[in-house]
Amino acid sequence: MSLAITKINPAFVDVMPQEYLDLASDGPFAADKSVKDLGTFKELIEEHPLCAGCNLALAFRTLISALPCPEDTVIVGSTGCNSLAFPQLAIHNVHALFGNQNAVASGLKRGLKLRFPDQNKDVVVMAGDGATADIGFDMTMHSWIRGENITTVMFDNEIYANTGGQESGMTPFGTVRNMAPTGKNFQKMNVPEFAKQAGCVYVAKVSTANTAKIGQCFRNAVLAAREIGPTYIQIYTPCPTNLKMKPAESVALAKKRAKEDYAFEEYMSEEVENLLVSSGAIKPKVKKEEGKK
Amino acid sequence: MGAYQVLQGPEGYLPPAAAMQGVTLAGPGKAMIEGRHVEKQEAIECIAEKLLGATVPTFFPGPLVLWRTTDYAQERGKLIREISAEVGAKVIPMPDYRPKYPMINPEVEINPNHPNLTIWFNKIDVGVFIGVHCHQANLALKIIRGGTSCFTVALCAEEGHEEANVSLRETDNDTLRKLLATVKDLKKRRA
Ligand SMILES: Cc1ncc(C[n+]2csc(CCOP(=O)(O)OP(=O)(O)O)c2C)c(N)n1
Ligand SMILES: [Mg+2]
Repeated sequence: MSLAITKINPAFVDVMPQEYLDLASDGPFAADKSVKDLGTFKELIEEHPLCAGCNLALAFRTLISALPCPEDTVIVGSTGCNSLAFPQLAIHNVHALFGNQNAVASGLKRGLKLRFPDQNKDVVVMAGDGATADIGFDMTMHSWIRGENITTVMFDNEIYANTGGQESGMTPFGTVRNMAPTGKNFQKMNVPEFAKQAGCVYVAKVSTANTAKIGQCFRNAVLAAREIGPTYIQIYTPCPTNLKMKPAESVALAKKRAKEDYAFEEYMSEEVENLLVSSGAIKPKVKKEEGKK
Repeated sequence: MGAYQVLQGPEGYLPPAAAMQGVTLAGPGKAMIEGRHVEKQEAIECIAEKLLGATVPTFFPGPLVLWRTTDYAQERGKLIREISAEVGAKVIPMPDYRPKYPMINPEVEINPNHPNLTIWFNKIDVGVFIGVHCHQANLALKIIRGGTSCFTVALCAEEGHEEANVSLRETDNDTLRKLLATVKDLKKRRA
């Protein structure tokens, strides 16, 4: 049933736009594509109106390419720069009111479980740091506390990029931004730690310095959310426009931060580790010290 | 004040929703012409006449017929192609509902968020929706009625559409066969 919707009715093949013919013949459906295959298949997201050098766009493309089951996935987005890319995305996606994304995703996941009890339907939230950690923080935390089977991805550009550069809870201490001229005077929120405390069974902190890592962690997170409980991925995605840097410099910044305070961190519960090992997604004993309690 | 009529547009930038003007869906076995409830056969004849009288009649198959390759969908696809061939209509698909910002290609596709672009580009004067999910169909039909002079037909598999100029409900493959036969018959009588 699910794959049937990726096949074109023979009566209409001659009138389908090329894009859809390519998606049907060379897309990622049931093809188990991953980040390393980028450039060799028809992607679900191609054009987008985000700025040149936008690391959020880079992360978005990476994440979409790593979806374990794109034909059975619904992505919930929220207001912010990321929402500008969603209209081009060739799989189901919902734009939630700013901040409501985890509540919308919770309801959606529950509805899908009722409607398709024998099928996997992955629900993934992808939203900015403002949506996840500030205005939607209540929704984010409570979806975790309730143990919803959803994955939450935060695009952490440490700023409200879409509205011109206000500070967010994720902006580091002391940072001056376009619309935060006196510098931030409290700490960056430690959302990965909150996630663990609130019951996320898999948590990863990654950056665009390593896109392969983003893909692996995201896949792990989606599989764990499907079987076990809420999962969280936080991706550092610097915004060249607000930081007033050349597009080409933005990944260098991500690499620099990855050596400083944005180093890769991964936590998984024992249950998740067993699941991922038994499904072949990871090799045994990959647990970082983060994971040990 | 007389009953509101769902007439061919352009009705204006933001036409009132026909449902808000008191237009109700026809019950089982019935159909709708310009908001009036009529017998199904009358509506089928009206569709056949409109299609044969049009300069650029066009079918807009939606995701429900474009993608599901069940035997039923394939048969449905063949019937749609037969009818469109019989009346000399174009077939322009609505493969999905993405707004596809900044723009779709109006030459080869139609999109529910700005269907008027395709209608204008191809100068379509009669448009037939089939296999489009109801919510998106209503959206597209209303935009077309608001901003274009295209006559719209909804071949709905559910309960029909207040926003279409002519609307069938429960349009199964048998109904499509009936439409095909009516078109052929009308052509014969006119020849
Ligand atoms: C309910 C609501 N409040 C506020 C806004 C205004 N608003 C739009 S985008 C945005 C900031 C988004 O920041 P973030 O979530 O970090 O996304 P980014 O643009 O940085 O990717 C705000 C406050 C809104 N659209 N809706
Ligand atoms: Mg942000």
